[in-house]
Amino acid sequence: MFRAGLRTTFGLIVMDLSIASILMLDGATNGAIYALLGLATVLVFAITRVIFLPQGEFVAYGALTLALLQLGKVPGTVYLLLALALLAAVLEVMAAAKRGVPAQVALLRAGRLLAWPVAVWAVAHWAAPLKLPLFLQCLLTLAIVTPLGPLVYRLAYEKLADATVLVLLIVSVGVHFALTGLGLLFFGAEGFRNPSFWDARFSAGALMLSGQAVIIFMVSIALMLGLYLFFERTLRGKALRATAVNRLGARLMGISTSGAGRLSFGLAAFMGALSGLLIGPTTTLFYDSGFLIGLKGFVAAIFGGLASYPAAALGALFVGLLESFSSFYASAFKEVIVFTLILPVLLWRSFQHGHHDEEE
Amino acid sequence: MNLRRNTLIAFVVLLALLPQLPVPEFWITQGNYIGLYTLVAIGLVLLTGVAGLTSFGQAAFVGLGAYTAAYLTLSHGVSPWLTVWIGLAFTGSVALVLGWITLRMSGHYLPLATIAWGLSLYYLLGNIQALGKYDGLLGIPALNFFGLTLNTGRSFFYLLWAVVVLAAIAIIHLLDSRTGRALRAVKGGTTMAEAMGVNTFQIKVTAFVLAALLASVSGWLFAHFQRTVNPSPFGLNISIEYLFMAVIGGVGHVWGALVGAGVVQILKDQLQVLLPKLLGGSGNYEVIVFGVLLIVVLQYARDGIWAFVEARLPRVQRKNDWAAAPALPERPRPSHGSVVLDVNQVRKEFGGLVAVNDVSFQVRAGEIMGLIGPNGAGKSTTFNLVTGVLPATRGAVRLLGERIDSLASREIARRGVSRTFQHVKMIAGMTVLENVALGAHLRGTSGVAAAMLRTDRAQERQLLKEAEKQLRRIGMAEQMHELAGNLALGPQRLMEIARALCADPTLLLLDEPAAGLRLKEKQGLADVLRQLRGEGLSILLVEHDMDLVMGLVDRIVVMEFGTKLIEGTPEQVQASPVVRAAYLGTEH
Repeated sequence: MFRAGLRTTFGLIVMDLSIASILMLDGATNGAIYALLGLATVLVFAITRVIFLPQGEFVAYGALTLALLQLGKVPGTVYLLLALALLAAVLEVMAAAKRGVPAQVALLRAGRLLAWPVAVWAVAHWAAPLKLPLFLQCLLTLAIVTPLGPLVYRLAYEKLADATVLVLLIVSVGVHFALTGLGLLFFGAEGFRNPSFWDARFSAGALMLSGQAVIIFMVSIALMLGLYLFFERTLRGKALRATAVNRLGARLMGISTSGAGRLSFGLAAFMGALSGLLIGPTTTLFYDSGFLIGLKGFVAAIFGGLASYPAAALGALFVGLLESFSSFYASAFKEVIVFTLILPVLLWRSFQHGHHDEEE
Repeated sequence: MNLRRNTLIAFVVLLALLPQLPVPEFWITQGNYIGLYTLVAIGLVLLTGVAGLTSFGQAAFVGLGAYTAAYLTLSHGVSPWLTVWIGLAFTGSVALVLGWITLRMSGHYLPLATIAWGLSLYYLLGNIQALGKYDGLLGIPALNFFGLTLNTGRSFFYLLWAVVVLAAIAIIHLLDSRTGRALRAVKGGTTMAEAMGVNTFQIKVTAFVLAALLASVSGWLFAHFQRTVNPSPFGLNISIEYLFMAVIGGVGHVWGALVGAGVVQILKDQLQVLLPKLLGGSGNYEVIVFGVLLIVVLQYARDGIWAFVEARLPRVQRKNDWAAAPALPERPRPSHGSVVLDVNQVRKEFGGLVAVNDVSFQVRAGEIMGLIGPNGAGKSTTFNLVTGVLPATRGAVRLLGERIDSLASREIARRGVSRTFQHVKMIAGMTVLENVALGAHLRGTSGVAAAMLRTDRAQERQLLKEAEKQLRRIGMAEQMHELAGNLALGPQRLMEIARALCADPTLLLLDEPAAGLRLKEKQGLADVLRQLRGEGLSILLVEHDMDLVMGLVDRIVVMEFGTKLIEGTPEQVQASPVVRAAYLGTEH
């Protein structure tokens, strides 16, 4: 996907070992990204029952926020963060007033919602013209995009937390529309390609490994390990897993399901933004590029029935490989091939698991 | 009915006059687009609002219809009046395959599969040489209607809106029928619908295919209206817009589709002018507004615009036209005293937990058998094993000598087992009468086409007559036109019993029927059950109200921790120290 070099002009070239290994490497790199997005999708679905189609939007937001910082501009996502936080604060105060919560408490809660976005806004204004080193800009990007996740959950989904999966899915479509349109507003219709994090190149025979690919692999693996430790070793992680197993039971144990929802959306936004930062240097990204990338993570998640993390990761690798090989053999039809793949997978799952009823 | 019918007539007259009036061409074009979109949105109402499924692939189905028409007329000179049928067959087959693959699984796999399908088709259309790649096909001829060429917006308007109005009426007819009730029943889960004998998989596929066919017709019309097709109106975003129309307008009502299509089309047009001026630059900024609006609608007015209209319209009461209908045939009753249900060494394990431990008992014709035991004793699980909701791990269940333990719920229902649920399962938005008529699903045969053309009315009257008869028997005839959701819990339970009786069962399973009933209602219920026993019906009753159980049943099976403790007459059970120990603990 991200390497434009091997397109239809190569269509007649007979596959040899070196091309195959290049394609495999390419596919594995993309697969690592899809794995991150697929994992985020499974995470959000397990905990909130939200099929989070806009996952990919965070990818575009991450990459393009960094691109604007690179240009020395304050990206529009900062203002989106402020606006969403303000809206959430207003709704919080209104809800508190309705329930008769004392004014100080309500204002304190509102203040807590606003503190981070205001701080981020101030830092972004100060830092943008300075054109800080790439690493710091990346951190700032994550600081801007990650809190968008919990805010989106709070504003769009929380009120409907007990609605059916179907209603939540339709909300996701609304969020996708809104975030894509806002992306156009913030970043314009032009594409951006970020500078590489690491320009090193390693070659082993015919195989070329770019520094960026190394970083993608390392970060993906580190993140997956981190997530594993978080869910296995920490109390919050266990609380999230409890919520995923049984929402009511978790609530009775004193676990806040809305807190769990916000946390899962925060993680999803973080993983999305990070993916955006990672692939930003490998391809030109547009305001609406995220959707397709996110959907491929989604196809991967469906491999695991939206429930299994390892299956999603393996599925992602498979999607990445399939995509890179189909872009070699039938470049024009690569999207068709990748998205049609979901049908046999669903068929297989349907026979394996038979009928799953959802009582609502 | 009159206000509604008059409004519809006024609407049709308005549609007929509109092209004749000096309305600017712009509004005729808008009207044509609204009609094309309404057709698709009606399909989504059927799918989403009624059957509780949804699809993000409707635009792709429109595309199949449109491209079929365009390609066949341009390349092979096929008449449009033939291509519409080819398009329908083609679209229907694709929908059938997609539905067949995904609808066995949870409801959210269908929308996911349709996203993938919508994306695939878009890229496929854009890359096929014979279909003009992303440029599409140009120069599609106008439709010719009995020598009249529909090459202007105004002439096309008539054909289009005639199709829209006919489709709307057909779907309204469908919803008020045997199939319509089955469609509504699958929305809240499949257990109840299956227990009523509905093949839920088949009915879901039916809804999906019907929605796809409506989209296909819209595509055919679209091709001959635009006179050119390219992939962009058939992409995923447009599919989402269709869903948006249905949700905004009101996904529970056919006319909501019309309102939604109108509002979205006009709003989109205005926003496309306004927003770029406001925000600078150019682009589809209207999607921001649409996205936010969709979220707000779902949070604050989930039933859409039409629900507000509906609330102001007078509620129409169904006219009783079934009094003279012939009664439905009844199944022969087994001879008094013969074994109806034979549960033999049935076992159910959930992982390591044995919920039902090798339980055996028999229920005879004309007998009420009580199944009692403390909470968690496995009574409801036993019910679910008998009715096929759960498969047994081991053992055999026989009904009138035939093994039923490996059959699906609906097959067991077909053989004469009918049940109620511990937690009432009903369709809150339908009247009591319609809910009860659902119980008679297996006693009717009419399908989709008969419902749309209203050739099912004679049978429908029979079903409704049966429903009224059972409601009368249970003492609820006065409430038959109320919405089921407005009933108190007690009457809801009684309604479930009437619904179960509507199936003309041999064996009736009642799961805590007296919970939530007042004393008078309980006595009434006991009288009805005695009367049914007198008629030769067998009843298996799970109940916690011991006064009711002891005074009513012939024999009792007591369960504890999944095991059968004792079986005997009420007197024997009351005298048993084992039972006392199970309920009250052991004395030391």
